[in-house]
Amino acid sequence: MSLRTLSLLIVLAPLAGAVVAGLFGRFVGRTGAHSVTIAGVAVSTVLSFFVFKTVVLDGAGGFDGPVYVWGEAGDLRLEIGFLIDELSATMMLVVSFVSLMIHVYTIGYMAHDPGYQRFFSYISLFTFSMLMLVMANNFLQLFFGWEAVGVVSYLLIGFWFKRESAIQANLKAFLVNRVGDLGFLLGIAAVLLVFGTLDYASVFEAAPGRSGATLNVVGTAEWSAMTVICLLLFVGAMGKSAQVPLHVWLPDSMEGPTPISALIHAATMVTAGIFMVARMSPLFELSEVALNVVMVIGALTAFFMGLLGIVQHDIKRVVAYSTLSQLGYMTVALGASAYAAAVFHLGTHAFFKALLFLGAGSVIIALHHEQDMRRMGGLWRHMPITWLCSAAGTLALIGFPGFSGFFSKDGIIEAVRHSELAGAWVAYPAVLLGVFITALYSFRMYFLVFHGEERVDPHAREHLRESPLVVTGPLVVLAFFSVVIGWPWVEPILFGDYFGGAIVVAPEHDVLARVGEGFAGAGAFATHGFAALPFWLAAAGAAVAWYLYIREPGLPARIAERFRGAYRLLVNKYGFDDFYGAFFAGGTRRVGGLLWRLGDVRVIDGWIVNGSARAVGRIASVIRHVQTGLLYHYAFAMILGLLALMTWLLYGGPAG
Amino acid sequence: MSGVAMPAFAPIAPEIVLAAAACVVLVVEVYGRSTDLTYRLSQASLVLTALVLALNFPEDAIVAFSGTFIADPMAGVLKLATLVIGWFLFFYLHAHLRARSRARGEHFILGLFALLGMMVLVSAANLLTVYLGLELLSLSLYAMVALDRDSPVAAEAAMKYFVLGALASGMLLYGMSMVYGATGTLELAGIGAAAQDGTDLILVLGLVFVVTGIAFKLGAAPFHMWIPDVYEGAETPVTMFVGTAPKLAAFAMAVRLLADGLWGLHGEWQDMLVVLAVLSIGIGNVIAIAQANLKRMLAYSTIAHMGFLFLGIIPGTGEGFAAAMFYVIVYAVMALGAFGMIVVLSREGFEADRIDDFRGLNERSPWQAFLMLVLMLSMAGVPPFVGFWAKWSVLREVVAAGFVWLAVVAVVFSVVGLFYYLRIVKLMYFDEPDDEPPLSVASPLRLVISVNALSVLVVGLFPGALLGWCLAALTGG
Repeated sequence: MSLRTLSLLIVLAPLAGAVVAGLFGRFVGRTGAHSVTIAGVAVSTVLSFFVFKTVVLDGAGGFDGPVYVWGEAGDLRLEIGFLIDELSATMMLVVSFVSLMIHVYTIGYMAHDPGYQRFFSYISLFTFSMLMLVMANNFLQLFFGWEAVGVVSYLLIGFWFKRESAIQANLKAFLVNRVGDLGFLLGIAAVLLVFGTLDYASVFEAAPGRSGATLNVVGTAEWSAMTVICLLLFVGAMGKSAQVPLHVWLPDSMEGPTPISALIHAATMVTAGIFMVARMSPLFELSEVALNVVMVIGALTAFFMGLLGIVQHDIKRVVAYSTLSQLGYMTVALGASAYAAAVFHLGTHAFFKALLFLGAGSVIIALHHEQDMRRMGGLWRHMPITWLCSAAGTLALIGFPGFSGFFSKDGIIEAVRHSELAGAWVAYPAVLLGVFITALYSFRMYFLVFHGEERVDPHAREHLRESPLVVTGPLVVLAFFSVVIGWPWVEPILFGDYFGGAIVVAPEHDVLARVGEGFAGAGAFATHGFAALPFWLAAAGAAVAWYLYIREPGLPARIAERFRGAYRLLVNKYGFDDFYGAFFAGGTRRVGGLLWRLGDVRVIDGWIVNGSARAVGRIASVIRHVQTGLLYHYAFAMILGLLALMTWLLYGGPAG
Repeated sequence: MSGVAMPAFAPIAPEIVLAAAACVVLVVEVYGRSTDLTYRLSQASLVLTALVLALNFPEDAIVAFSGTFIADPMAGVLKLATLVIGWFLFFYLHAHLRARSRARGEHFILGLFALLGMMVLVSAANLLTVYLGLELLSLSLYAMVALDRDSPVAAEAAMKYFVLGALASGMLLYGMSMVYGATGTLELAGIGAAAQDGTDLILVLGLVFVVTGIAFKLGAAPFHMWIPDVYEGAETPVTMFVGTAPKLAAFAMAVRLLADGLWGLHGEWQDMLVVLAVLSIGIGNVIAIAQANLKRMLAYSTIAHMGFLFLGIIPGTGEGFAAAMFYVIVYAVMALGAFGMIVVLSREGFEADRIDDFRGLNERSPWQAFLMLVLMLSMAGVPPFVGFWAKWSVLREVVAAGFVWLAVVAVVFSVVGLFYYLRIVKLMYFDEPDDEPPLSVASPLRLVISVNALSVLVVGLFPGALLGWCLAALTGG
């Protein structure tokens, strides 16, 4: 089969599953719904692996071309097409594989939910949308996938739509993403304006030649077109990948069922922004301003969002803040032009973060949907598989040498250290300290949940046991990959020619090449990791967590009391929510109220609405007089119309 | 015996087949006992006619019967579309009548003759043929509206339709007589050769009357008054019959008369059509908002759509006519689906023609609500549905012809129009049903309405084929 056919099958198989489970859920039943969706995603996974093998392992060349032209508007062709290269082949494999694991896990997690078929339909639809996004060969399809994953995310956050908090959360996610998407759409429009095409290949080919192009955005100032385009596109990435200050929706999105948190809000959708920037590397390389902005935003996210993880009590929220922080790491890597490191971290993170979420989910099931870590503890005795898998995930997350997270995260830190952009002055300390923070909140969660004294509700305790195989199976598989996936890939991805032409780095930005000069194999890299600063920071973080939550469990409360101001700042999440609530929501309402009093009541209601209502009423009454239902009136109107036309044509018309 | 050449029958074979079949069905209806048989024979006649047409599909224009009849690709495409739509019309009609257990054959026989009239009109090459086709079509429709004898509303609608239609026919005929007086021929080709410019007053007056007749048949403002009353008063499938396929024929009539016959007066009829288009789009979209009856709302929406149709005719180019033809076919399919949905929801004693009857449809039947959603969004012109492409193509042509302001006006009013289409969607999805039982739809009807509505989505995703077909039919390449 050609790559074109394979690509079509890969995207259409989950869509077919989603349609069957969604529209005919009642007929196929629960078993039917999960069988058909899992079969669809399994087909995608197997074929993605095959594509991965062909394109990446065998280096047999990719595919770039349209599969169908939807329409033409002037010179602009609106088409669906696929670009299969090393980058998209990697993403396809990660997306479909993680999605498959989560489909299987969902059988156990949602077993008693009345919306079972609907849920499977949504996650399959999500897989389809995400694949469309990563496989796109033009901006229009990218935007389609971008919006489609957004819609599914919205539907899934509000999956339990009878909960008020879920509705609030999905509304919030939707609104915040609107801000990002507006930037993204403007960015695409700017691309069209500057390049006259939406096709990746043509844009990237033309980009170096247009690096001096300017745009007139505000007033008469001429702005570098590349900077404008990249910043606007990055605004989109900030929304989707939850970067400060558009991050506020992600923690709240944990209102959705846990498999969703794992699939969409940790492993795949939120990395769409990272993927997009990596895909657009030929453009970003042309604007150092944009790269600096990207790096600083990422650094702020990586550091400050990690801090918030320390004060959360809800197990899923800790993982959510951890996700924010790790997305910050990826963004920093993008800003440092270490796109390969960003995508590598994206891949390893997909595995270990999905693992952590599913581990948290397993705990939540065992405790009958208890999410508060203050009512957990000592679970390692009851849930050995979940415990060991979570331990593996935690070690991968903090970057313990040898685990997958180590290779990708150390790659990022080293890359930032070598970066010569101004933003690196902010980013390097942030990512370094971030390692300590990461270890602190990760081990805090790990100790609170699995070790220490048991604070479990006695009633739940009676039923406490390990989760079923459909839950632990994916955990074990993901844990395996979280541990080993770094070894074989660190060299080709970070320092080799893994991505070929898919990622473009200007020679003066090529930090990974500088890092790679001292690279002597994965084993040496890992061994050297034990002597490096990040390892000691991580170890310090873990030790502090052990001391605070195992050795002296009363101490955290006293610290919180002592540094009340700082603690309140963290608990209030730096006040972003309050600020947005007061300023944007409240402000809009106040402005609205003002406009309502001034504009609506006086102008609109007074003149326009009531006025126009009166006018429409008058027109309507006139028309009612015309539309009397009386035949001779109608006939009369026709004759009047005829006379008017005739008069106009003979005496008044332009031709007359 | 010599000296009389046999006319070429091949171009008119589909009409002959349909006429013969209609007569057979009439005889069967008179002597037969089963309405189902009449229905099935009528459907079979349409299929047979379509087959004959497809086998004789005119590749080039062939003029036959001493210049009275023309078979060209445009006629071929429009006739085929008419027959397909006719098949759906009969299906909905049958479903509607059977649910009320007063199935009789007259509807189908009148329907067959109306379709025959449409086909003749589409292929008219002579003013007499135009009139012949038009009257065959109109008289059948008047009778169909009147068939619902127990309903005073229907009788009133039929009366209005008949009297106003007669008036419009009179005007058209009067216009034709003036055109004949000025040019001395009834053949459209001859008229086209003779009428070269608009200095002849008689010709211009004739044009005004002809345009009035066309505007009435299409239902463009200010000659639209009959539409809301007839649409509301007639039984739903009859409304559907009045509102879908005849628009195709009326479009063909407009092209034949204006482009083939009165091309020399292009400037004059362009001015008139601009006025009619603006009035139709404005009046249709604004007044539709105030309607509580869905059939009335769709009536005003028709008026607005006919304004859009004129946008394609205004430039007078092959591409413009092709866009207009695409528009009219798409419109007919969408209207078919929208009225079909009323048929689906209605039952004995409950016509489902109030907008409120769609309240909470999603809870009663998610699938039907989804189909209606597709239809409404398509009518409003939202991508990716085909209604978007229809609007897009006529707008592109009218902009290419230099009427940017007209395109802006049209777009502004379609935004206004979006309101009343979305209101249906809002009622279906966000309101509670008025204590209605869950909807059970017989499976053949379910299948047909699904095909009907989904075609709007499928053609919207793959618009190239139909667009290319229309373009090839009107520009010859």
